[in-house]
Amino acid sequence: MTVFVAPSLSYSLLAPILIVLGGAVITVVFEAFLSKAIRPVAQLSVTLGTLVLALVQVWRIRHESSLTAAMGSVAIDGPAILLQATVLILAVLGVFLIADNEHFTVVAATLPGSEEERASIQSGEKLTEVYPLTLFAVAGMMLFPIATDLITLFVALEVLSLPLYLMAGLSRRRRLMSQEAALKYFLLGAFSSAFFLFGAAFLYGYSGSVSLAGIYDAISGGTGNNVFLMIGIVFLSVGLLFKVGAVPFHAWTPDVYQGAPTPITAFMAAATKVAAFGAILRIFYTSFSNAYWDWRPILTVIAIITMVFGSVVAISQRDIKRMLAYSSIAHAGFLLAGVIALNKAGLDASIFYLFAYGVATLGAFAVVTLVRDSAGEVTDLNRWAGLGKRSPFVATIFATLLLAFAGIPLTSGFIGKFSIFSAAYESGNKLIVVVGVLSSAIAAYFYVRVIVLMFFTDPADDGTSVIIPSILTRATIISTFAITIFLGVFPAPFLNFISSTATFIR
Amino acid sequence: MNAANYLYVSALLFSIGAIGVVVRRNAIVVFMCIELMLNASNLAFVTFARINGNLDGQVIAFFTMVVAACEVVVGLAIIVTIYRSRRSASVDDASLLKR
Repeated sequence: MTVFVAPSLSYSLLAPILIVLGGAVITVVFEAFLSKAIRPVAQLSVTLGTLVLALVQVWRIRHESSLTAAMGSVAIDGPAILLQATVLILAVLGVFLIADNEHFTVVAATLPGSEEERASIQSGEKLTEVYPLTLFAVAGMMLFPIATDLITLFVALEVLSLPLYLMAGLSRRRRLMSQEAALKYFLLGAFSSAFFLFGAAFLYGYSGSVSLAGIYDAISGGTGNNVFLMIGIVFLSVGLLFKVGAVPFHAWTPDVYQGAPTPITAFMAAATKVAAFGAILRIFYTSFSNAYWDWRPILTVIAIITMVFGSVVAISQRDIKRMLAYSSIAHAGFLLAGVIALNKAGLDASIFYLFAYGVATLGAFAVVTLVRDSAGEVTDLNRWAGLGKRSPFVATIFATLLLAFAGIPLTSGFIGKFSIFSAAYESGNKLIVVVGVLSSAIAAYFYVRVIVLMFFTDPADDGTSVIIPSILTRATIISTFAITIFLGVFPAPFLNFISSTATFIR
Repeated sequence: MNAANYLYVSALLFSIGAIGVVVRRNAIVVFMCIELMLNASNLAFVTFARINGNLDGQVIAFFTMVVAACEVVVGLAIIVTIYRSRRSASVDDASLLKR
């Protein structure tokens, strides 16, 4: 009889994730037992407390890097610490926006336009289910980039996705559109998960191991069946590229970004990208690195199409949220250039870019929540005309964030793009650099067009106004603005910190 | 029996599921096709567990079943909400969000 050996989980290294999951369970219990009157405050404070506590734990374990926890299922290395911290910071800023309850319907089960819906809104109650969902999604996002075996990767992928599907459908206004966004996100997300799983099955068949290290060894040994390897890499990549919205797997992105409540869009756009690109970086850098002849050409083509498509299609958009969605597709292409570089500079640049892009995205969507008329948010670009004359402060911040997306010097976007493209150049991939710079130029056109629209057009008298933001929303907007400028002017300490920390372990 | 045959079945099931997702219009049927794809992956995992002679693949199959169950909960909730507000579960009718 064999003796059962208890696995050693290294709880101290897993603490950040465990705290977030624990907080999520507490918020579920609150949801069941607390009275409706104190729930919003209680849920918000538990959520923020959990995220801050987890951030402190990440800070505590920052020097214990180069370790594996949970019997080698997760790796706590430099990139893991940096990506977890990024997800948590973005989550805190995202929760500041989510705390503004008036974006969410009160009872998601009521029919749009029904008597129950009206009664529930008039009762003045607030939706609080969004907090546990957010925390579960954050836990999945923290686990996804650090997972080092196929089971953990798949479970983390689902833990981060399932809450987001629901959150996309919670909007108070334009509810049919919001529900439609949830349906599309769910069906396409589940579709891509199935691809991911099928690819994982063939990688397991190829290597006989579910760990990324085992797959790396099998590729280095070169003894397995190469057909299995190719099927595995292709299908797994399809699943991952869906999550980041790379062309041709981008179909859900504009619809979901437009339909979901804007605070959710902000959180999802920023944090999902970090988590998914974190996983892509880990898988391609540690596991598939020796098979790069097989995947580099495909991924190069996808990166190029993604950059060009995102930038070109964004030009013709009339809706600010859809425009930002297409811009996020273009940014996914720039980030893929960092993945393809497959060198240390590419890794550092990608992590910096993810942080800079995530922060700027949150800020941009936070500004979108402020521009309203009597029927709710105004997302039609024409009605943003003259915003700079009406509220110069908000418009200036939005313009700065757009310039960061465009990669104009003195903003974080410039440093990010510069380091990504120089890493790609270093790896000898000149084509992608040329296409990247050209599509950045195309992208700059539509960012600048919005700025011109805001500052050099006369405002129409159509009831569009910028509301006075709540303190938390104000905190998000100002801190994202400050971080964007700071990273653009003094990037060196941050870049040095990333490059001294970020090394993958196998 | 040759284990590779099970892989062919798995690939066939996966293709049927993938084609169904693209072709069918009812959200419930699309969702069933996705479940078929997950189960095709399960079959592949179990076959590979047999071929490789270790149990990891079978363990993953269990995890997949649990995850698929969670997906059913979330998915049906979303589809039922859509059905109640539109009296239709067709993915073509849900087209307010257009370019």
